[in-house]
Amino acid sequence: MKTILAFLAVLAAFVAAPFALGPYYTTLIIPILAYAIALTGLNLLFGYGGLLSFGHAMFLAIGAYASAVMGAKLGVRAFEAQLIVAMLASGTVAALIGLLCLRYTTIFFSMLTLAFGMIFHSFLFKFYDLTGGESGISVPRPSLFGASFASMSKTAFLVGPFYWYALGLFSVMFLLMALIVSSPFGLALKAGRDNERKTSFLGVPVFKVRYVAFILSGIYCAVGGAVLAVSIGAADPELSYWTQSGNMIFIIILGGLGQLFGPIVGAVSFTLLQDTLMANTEYWRFALGAILALIIIFAPRGILGLITRALEWRRR
Amino acid sequence: MTEMLLRALNITKRYGAFTALAGVSFDISKGEVVAVVGPNGAGKTTLVNTLSGLFMPDEGGVMFEGRPVAGLGASALALRGLARSFQLVTIYPSFTVAEMISVGAFARAGQTFRLLRPSATCRREQAQVREVAAAFGLEHRLETTCSALSQGEKKLVDIASALTLRPRLMLLDEPTSGISSADKDRIMETLLAAAQRLGVESLVLVEHDMELIARYATRVIGLKAGSLVADMPPDAFFRDPAVIETLVGKVPHNALG
Repeated sequence: MKTILAFLAVLAAFVAAPFALGPYYTTLIIPILAYAIALTGLNLLFGYGGLLSFGHAMFLAIGAYASAVMGAKLGVRAFEAQLIVAMLASGTVAALIGLLCLRYTTIFFSMLTLAFGMIFHSFLFKFYDLTGGESGISVPRPSLFGASFASMSKTAFLVGPFYWYALGLFSVMFLLMALIVSSPFGLALKAGRDNERKTSFLGVPVFKVRYVAFILSGIYCAVGGAVLAVSIGAADPELSYWTQSGNMIFIIILGGLGQLFGPIVGAVSFTLLQDTLMANTEYWRFALGAILALIIIFAPRGILGLITRALEWRRR
Repeated sequence: MTEMLLRALNITKRYGAFTALAGVSFDISKGEVVAVVGPNGAGKTTLVNTLSGLFMPDEGGVMFEGRPVAGLGASALALRGLARSFQLVTIYPSFTVAEMISVGAFARAGQTFRLLRPSATCRREQAQVREVAAAFGLEHRLETTCSALSQGEKKLVDIASALTLRPRLMLLDEPTSGISSADKDRIMETLLAAAQRLGVESLVLVEHDMELIARYATRVIGLKAGSLVADMPPDAFFRDPAVIETLVGKVPHNALG
């Protein structure tokens, strides 16, 4: 119940945003939604499953390239079809590398995912015919539910139909995740994070549970990546670079690790923070690093943790 | 002739040059409460880990219900009816008691991969959780976070979570370690009553407290330096000064009562 109310509050803020902020800022919100979708998936693996992946930018890129290849090379403009291909491609890749990566946990898992991410990054560079190499592929405007919106300007399309589409997509993906983390599967995943051996002696096949979480997180990242590609108008190899994976982890920790609203709170805060810092100082990376350190030391449950604590304090 | 549940046949386990278990054999039948005793380093935990399939013996084997345990995997074995607890209390700190107990209930019902239904709305499993909690006297604690429980309650929740699987045989590695001696008796009594109520057929427990063994065990297995040096009913065990000397060193005289 609390989850639904909080979700409605978040939804209301995103519904009001385009009217309150105008087109320029609205175009900045679409990447926030894209990251929120992707990170909602990564949070399942990292926050609830305790498995820190340094390679999930790969799945973000798979989603972006699926949308780009479908739209630009195969002429399939229907965004729904692009999303389905993105999810299938990402799910397949996750199913393959998950089998290898999940044989390990802790730092070994992280390093293996990092390695696969790097391999994928260089694949994007080398396979020029498919991926466009260094310059990537530009993403033509997709059609949404069969409507092509050909008469609209690019900005009008993004802040109009596409914004609402992305918000709808985020809502569906978020609510599905709300069910997943409170399901018997979600419990088993968290149990395996807290104590793998104990959990397997409770009849839970921990590897299989993690495997499913890994595939789901890959699928979520691909959906986020497809939305991101449309909003920036291109799929390029930097999307899969390991610093991108690092940013994704940063955003989850900033928002609140292992909490359902962590990714959306993190994505909003990160964008605001980065924008403010970049506008005011050339040392913005230094400032971001310092903030990450402070969050980990003083607010390990992220901004959401601070909000929860403040609410509890006021109630007293 | 009672039904045999578990058979350990000549199990030997080595760590490098050190032999932790040297050809240990015994059977465990339905209805037994078996206490495993022995000095530190005798191989008690190695025995429990081998019986539960966590360690592969270098020689010999373990059969549960007539089938080998080796290679089965912990989760399959647990679902088949052999559950265990660990020496150190293992709880999931952020879980409520109900959530902790429900993990096994969902596993037993084959619902672990149910993704789109909140676990709190699964009525059949939640009824089982309440039943198990009630057997342990934890029904008023269902919504308490595990990390907020007392040490004794943590132990009980830990064991309750495994008994939700309704195992036939339960292995308990020092169920009363870390518990004040005043509480040990109460914990043991609760545990045995709950196990009986939930249909557990046999218990194997590693235990140091001779008074508890005298009171609750139906059989004592003594290990020393990896070898089986005693396997007898408790009254025979406590009447044999040589065996006691070997395994325990000294005995509180009231245990002999």
